[in-house]
Amino acid sequence: MLRLSALSKNFDGLRVLDNLDLTIPSRGVFGLIGPNGAGKTTVFNLITGLLAPSSGSIEFSGERLNGLPPFMITRRGIARTFQNIRLFKEMTAEENVLVAMGEHPQYGVLKALVPGAYRRAEDSERMAVRALLSRVGLSAKAHQRAGFLSYGEQRRLELARALATRPKLLLLDEPAAGMNAAEKQELGEEIEKLAASGLSILLIEHDMRFVMKICAEIAVLSFGRWIAQGGPVEISAHPKVIEAYLGNNAREN
Amino acid sequence: MEWLDSFWSTYSTLVLSTGTNVLLALSIYVTLACGLLSVANAGFMAIGAYSAVLLTLHTVTPLPLALMVGAIAAAMVALLIGVPTLRLSGVYLAMATLAFGEVVRILILNAEDVTGGALGLNGIPQLVGVFEVITSVAVALYVFLRLAHSRIGRTITAISQDEIATELMGLNVRAYKLVCFVIGAALAGLAGALNAHFTFFISPNEYGFERAVEILAMGVIGGVSSPWGAVLGGTLITALPELLRGMGRYRPLINGVILIMIILYSPKGLWDGLQTLLRRVRP
Repeated sequence: MLRLSALSKNFDGLRVLDNLDLTIPSRGVFGLIGPNGAGKTTVFNLITGLLAPSSGSIEFSGERLNGLPPFMITRRGIARTFQNIRLFKEMTAEENVLVAMGEHPQYGVLKALVPGAYRRAEDSERMAVRALLSRVGLSAKAHQRAGFLSYGEQRRLELARALATRPKLLLLDEPAAGMNAAEKQELGEEIEKLAASGLSILLIEHDMRFVMKICAEIAVLSFGRWIAQGGPVEISAHPKVIEAYLGNNAREN
Repeated sequence: MEWLDSFWSTYSTLVLSTGTNVLLALSIYVTLACGLLSVANAGFMAIGAYSAVLLTLHTVTPLPLALMVGAIAAAMVALLIGVPTLRLSGVYLAMATLAFGEVVRILILNAEDVTGGALGLNGIPQLVGVFEVITSVAVALYVFLRLAHSRIGRTITAISQDEIATELMGLNVRAYKLVCFVIGAALAGLAGALNAHFTFFISPNEYGFERAVEILAMGVIGGVSSPWGAVLGGTLITALPELLRGMGRYRPLINGVILIMIILYSPKGLWDGLQTLLRRVRP
């Protein structure tokens, strides 16, 4: 479904991603791991169009994404969450998700000008938003400002907001960071449910137990290159992976 | 009735100016609301004023058409300069739009054959009265209030808080910003066209740096959380110097102090400050 071919990215001569090939299936949870600074978030930024690749191509459902502005890529069915949460902090949880529904407007400018006319359209949007909020366990916080939510709640709100764009592929950048064990457990179940419903999920995560539990396949990135790819069992025993995490880079962990 | 007549003969210009200033405040409100710090609106006001006045002065164009031409002329120029300049943000955009305003002023100053240069244009027919001004303000305010509470207003608020996150929700942030910029310009153009038709005379210096800052002040003092903020800001900036008339030569000083106090104690603008105050009074 998503295919990276010979993808490279340079920052002022520094090669952060080097000739990456990767194919992500249209179903299931795919893990993207690697030590800090390996280039994982850069991969996400290239896929979502926030950065332009230095060379190589990105294809999604057979269509080339390079050169498309980010909003067009989202409309093609790719949504993401951010490592450093980027919610609309002054808006309520409900409004945050409503903004993301704007891509599928239920009413236009003219209807918005007539009193009451867009209420019904808005109501059906709000119903969908409520369903998404309850899915991530935030029903009770719908009218609270996003900035006042706890860290874990903010992560879950970001997930709901990403889902509101109706993605086919979901990119999650450290979704479990800052969550307690119970929250992680719930999040893992939710991600598995999403994958079961036909969504493809690409996940960056540092919590190895979490990754090993929910990912069907894992690719390991180190200094901008793949060092291993395979199932959880294979990856956790892979000598290069162990070296990258513990060997020469012990300070990273 | 006699009381009303004497009030009107003294204050009619003030009432009309309040109206056009509220329009100008709304014009900067649209851009500020989506996080654009543009100070081009004095320039757009000039474009609107001159294009409408040239029509009513030299042809038999009916007023509504002339007003429309003023607004559209400003909007077209905004579209043209908006595409390249809106790539900028923050103070860089402010610099670029400030320069644009100066370019407009200097062009008008030098195109003497058409614009009368520094002497300006005299004897403009006084076609605009309370009806035209109030109608324009009412329509603009209505449209803005409706849109502010719809998904369009929500998207604009989202853009002002995090452009990248908004873009990644599948929303065309550049298009939204351009439309806001163009609508702001059209409103400023309309305000200029209206204003010129009750002041009898226009000259390029009315649309310079000071005017640009005044318009910005109206937007900031009023606040951008609601279009009502623009109404408050526009009215206050127009009326305050009149209310302080008794202060003699201390007037500008006290005027300035009051504005600074407002920003200090209600940094999100008067409208936001009033809302907070009301909530505190009756929780």
